[in-house]
Amino acid sequence: MGRAGLHSGSALGLTSADPRRVLTAPPPFPVACVDAACVESVERHPMNALPADGPTIDAAFLRRWLDAATTAVDREAAQLSELDSPIGDADHGTNMRRGFLAARSAIEQEPPDTPGGVLVAVGRQLISTVGGASGPLYGTLLRRAGKALGDEPAVSAAQLRDALRVGVDAVAQLGGAAPGDKTMLDALLPALDALTGALDAGGSTAEALDAAAAAADEGARATIPLRARKGRASYLGERSVGHQDPGATSSALLLAALADTAKEAAV
Amino acid sequence: MKMLINVPETVVADALRGMAVAHPELTVDVERRVIVRRGAPYEGKVGLVSGGGSGHEPLHGGFVGRGMLDAACPGEVFTSPVPDQMVRAAAAVDSGAGVLFIVKNYTGDVLNFDMAAELAEDEGVQIAKVLVNDDVAVTDSLYTAGRRGTGATLFVEKIAGAAAEEGAPLDRVAGIARRVNESSRSFGVALSACSTPSKGGPTFDLPDGELELGVGIHGEPGRERRAMMTSGEIADVAVDAVVEDLKPDAPVLVLVNGMGGTPLLELYGFAAEVHRVLTERRVPVARTLVGNYVTSLDMAGCSVTICQADEELLRLWDAPVSTPALHWG
Repeated sequence: MGRAGLHSGSALGLTSADPRRVLTAPPPFPVACVDAACVESVERHPMNALPADGPTIDAAFLRRWLDAATTAVDREAAQLSELDSPIGDADHGTNMRRGFLAARSAIEQEPPDTPGGVLVAVGRQLISTVGGASGPLYGTLLRRAGKALGDEPAVSAAQLRDALRVGVDAVAQLGGAAPGDKTMLDALLPALDALTGALDAGGSTAEALDAAAAAADEGARATIPLRARKGRASYLGERSVGHQDPGATSSALLLAALADTAKEAAV
Repeated sequence: MKMLINVPETVVADALRGMAVAHPELTVDVERRVIVRRGAPYEGKVGLVSGGGSGHEPLHGGFVGRGMLDAACPGEVFTSPVPDQMVRAAAAVDSGAGVLFIVKNYTGDVLNFDMAAELAEDEGVQIAKVLVNDDVAVTDSLYTAGRRGTGATLFVEKIAGAAAEEGAPLDRVAGIARRVNESSRSFGVALSACSTPSKGGPTFDLPDGELELGVGIHGEPGRERRAMMTSGEIADVAVDAVVEDLKPDAPVLVLVNGMGGTPLLELYGFAAEVHRVLTERRVPVARTLVGNYVTSLDMAGCSVTICQADEELLRLWDAPVSTPALHWG
């Protein structure tokens, strides 16, 4: 395996920064490390992935997600605004970028120490900086989800799924939209279902979030033939048909960042 | 497309700095994006707060002053302002008599003002809301977010503002505002697309030789595209649309509004045509206002708003007003 310091025996030599990792996820093969690099590589090995019902998601994880999401929104801003051009007013990307840049800098200045705290803080920043319908909708989604997570220092993928469900329900209530109305719900709802399916099948956090991101992307693409029934695009009626919904697209982007974060963390 | 700007990101802040220079009678917080009537709050007076995306100037900041709004919250171009702005505005203008939020019916504006109302009430400010939804072009149905708020916003802000200036209590000011909205209808027409600074060009495609009937103030499409028409033919379509929907049985206030890119010379000619059609339809006209008031950046085109005015609404319309964009009495 080419890994220095690998001996047969128990995992007692494994010194992890987080004792929960040792308790909840003994490595599947005997290992002992003598240096931090080894610990790191063992922990990150896919075979050592924590089970999805373990507390794999902490504040640092969601801060990494925020970083990835901000980078993605910044990179795709022009594309999101372009999608918003035929059926909106060509500013979805600009507004989302302003919000996520503000959220990232707020979190860097005062990093919350729980995953719930990160989501609440990001949601609050989005409400205060994005404007339009996207600000209250995304802001409410994350704030409600964060509150549902409570003060737990780390949560499982199933807990995150339940919290996101609370947030998505709040979005549906606030915006009054139903599935098929050509809104962000058309990406978020299939993503939650896929997340549940993958977790039920015993998938890891990374596998489950990957399935959620794929379903969101598919859901966003599936908005193309739909007729908008909510938001400003609804004023276009039939003319909204044939365009991918910008809100569903940004939702898929945020979930892809979450899946990438999990993949990198090998959880 | 050439625009008189520095960079797209600062257009709203730059304009607010300009408003501060031009209108010392207003307190302009450029950083927090709130325009407040100097001297607010006024003892015992209900505060009027409105706001919405920028790009519709002089709406709303140009209507802050005696007899109209107490504060306005400008958002980014065509983007609703955020709740923080409205909460700050409400706190700045509340004398204890409460604050009326005047909200145009767009999903973003409604959501942000709803959140702001909750937050302001948590801070002890009594809030009432009125939704403006006067645009007849888009049919009201289960499948849209309802009618858009356009030109009637000016009537609501002016008339409710006059009522508040007279010392009417919050529920009465809100009631008058709702009555004005219910008595008003609008219809807009675009001759060209508008260009947002962030896009740097037209946000939709409207070919030469065509116009868009029923256009919204963000360039949202309306009922149909047609080959270019004369001013008189446009007046026929626009006035018929509003009269058929409102069916007025009392004299009306008329707003002949420019979308931003049409010269006053053309607007006055159009106003004459609007009067011709109203006369043909036997609708008596009490007052007429012509100008660029509820605009859509540089869009060429116009809208017609009529408001059926009883004696009280007419008296409040005639009451003195002193704002950057409306001034009489």
